[in-house]
Amino acid sequence: MKSFDYTITDEAGIHARPAGLLVKEAKKYQSKIVVKMGSKAAEATKLMAIMGMGVKKGDTVTVEAEGGDEDVAVNGMKAFFENNF
Amino acid sequence: MIEFIGKSVYKGIAMGKVLVMGKEEDIVKREKIEDTNAELLRLGNAIKKSQKQLQDLYEKAVKEVGEASAAIFEVHQMMMEDEDYLDAIHNMICNENVNAEFAVATTGDNFSDMFAAMDDDYMKARAADVRDISGRIVRNLLGREQNVMSQPEPVVIVADDLSPSETVQMDKEKILAFVTVHGSTNSHTAILARMMNIPALVGVPVDLGKIRTGMVAIVDGTSAKVIFEPSAQECLTAVNKIKEQEEQAKLLETLKGKENITKSGKKINLYANIGSVSDVGYVLENDAGGIGLFRSEFLYLGRDSFPSEEEQFQAYKQVAQTMANKKVIIRTLDIGADKQADYFGLEKEDNPAMGYRAIRICLKQQDIFKAQLRALFRATAYGKISIMYPMITAVSEVEQIYKIAGEVKRELDEAGIIYQEPEQGIMIETPAAVLISDELAKLVDFFSIGTNDLTQYTLAIDRQNSKLDEFYDPHHPAILKMIQMVVDNAHKEGKWAGICGELGADMELVKTFVQMGVDELSVAPSMILKLRQIIREMD
Repeated sequence: MKSFDYTITDEAGIHARPAGLLVKEAKKYQSKIVVKMGSKAAEATKLMAIMGMGVKKGDTVTVEAEGGDEDVAVNGMKAFFENNF
Repeated sequence: MIEFIGKSVYKGIAMGKVLVMGKEEDIVKREKIEDTNAELLRLGNAIKKSQKQLQDLYEKAVKEVGEASAAIFEVHQMMMEDEDYLDAIHNMICNENVNAEFAVATTGDNFSDMFAAMDDDYMKARAADVRDISGRIVRNLLGREQNVMSQPEPVVIVADDLSPSETVQMDKEKILAFVTVHGSTNSHTAILARMMNIPALVGVPVDLGKIRTGMVAIVDGTSAKVIFEPSAQECLTAVNKIKEQEEQAKLLETLKGKENITKSGKKINLYANIGSVSDVGYVLENDAGGIGLFRSEFLYLGRDSFPSEEEQFQAYKQVAQTMANKKVIIRTLDIGADKQADYFGLEKEDNPAMGYRAIRICLKQQDIFKAQLRALFRATAYGKISIMYPMITAVSEVEQIYKIAGEVKRELDEAGIIYQEPEQGIMIETPAAVLISDELAKLVDFFSIGTNDLTQYTLAIDRQNSKLDEFYDPHHPAILKMIQMVVDNAHKEGKWAGICGELGADMELVKTFVQMGVDELSVAPSMILKLRQIIREMD
């Protein structure tokens, strides 16, 4: 399993539309990708669960990838977070 | 025959079939089903149909209101693909043997409750989105109409109230009139009706339970009356009035291309107010001399984050180019008070009309202001753009604005980006600005009097409160005196002064304004030719 931490800098946090893009990105990989924050966790392919976490600016999330392409997945997701959040 | 009186926001008369919106009973009954596979198939088809509708809506909205405002329909599509949501519906159908309608409605309620319980206003608002997508699937399962787009004939829209997202979904060609139970004369519906040139009544005490889609209705904006199921005699009267109206419209057509000049040779400029790029069509169609008020808020509202400088630049450039060297006065961000966007993170205020809004936000959060100014200055290279600043109360505010504009220009110079020096003016919409208009006139190129706010601040009447309508006198002598004072002070410094509030389109006051020496009236596009007619008949 690979993972990285990321602190949200976008004013809006993980809002509806970027959350939708996040789901699209996560679906590109075979690995199971999970977003965690404190006691909350959601699979990155599940839009409403991701939105339901209510991630705001300044929050730090941990993104984990586990599976055959976990190296590629974690790099891809990291780049995605940096560009969008 | 059932008759109601409401408040008219646009004169004119229309007759046609009614479409009742939003109040149809979406009550779903729980039914036991035997064949779960057949039920899953029905569900799959309804979802496919819903996705197709959302895709159509998205494409329509992109054309009409732009990518940013259309994004909501893309989000709806994504939500409808959500695995948890779909799994929950499937499980209910398979494990509890219930009908698809019930499974969708119940799952929708559960998910929307989750959002509603969140400690974040933006996410709370997403509860409505979940209910919206679930309602759409249910309506498709029940084989009900979704909205006006699927109506073959033009209709009279009757609704409790209409949200901007509902009006976006409508096919503008197929609307004859609006009748709403709620909504003020400043509501979104009212603005849309004026833009589209169709009769509209708000605050009509209709019992929606008694009105059915398909009934015939006459909507008369002049008497503020709507008649459902009219008698033959009433229909005849309406047909005659409609004929008269059409003749009047033809007469107005002949005024296109003519000057706004009185018999004794006094001239006035008639410009148009618009709220989005797509409104430019109405401006040209009605032969306006320019755009006197382009509300830039549309770029900021109905979205999740700030519009980029590039996005704004493209919008301003498009309008400037389309108007082909006619004047385009763009008002900088006027948000706060009654116009809010969640991502601004504005705190709730007890008195938002007197609170943190418009230029006050721009001067405190200069990064937002600078991005807009950069976009505006860049766009000056493509047409005749003027910049107008709202909610000014002091000379020092104008000085601060010029300082920031100066920094923006320096940055553009350094980057080698070309721009023209635009006219810069201010809105006069506070009594303070009126009283110091002699000082302000030395600093700015023009004044535009925003009569809606000026009246509300002068008379101490909240314009959102419909209870106060009887106290609201738009022709109050205090307002007229203020207008005269502003015009005189502008002229003393060789500057021009216009009016861009509702009052500018007041047909009873046009003559007064011309006599006062007002240089420009900026009004809804549909009012241009009517005002031109009055002016040309003046001595």
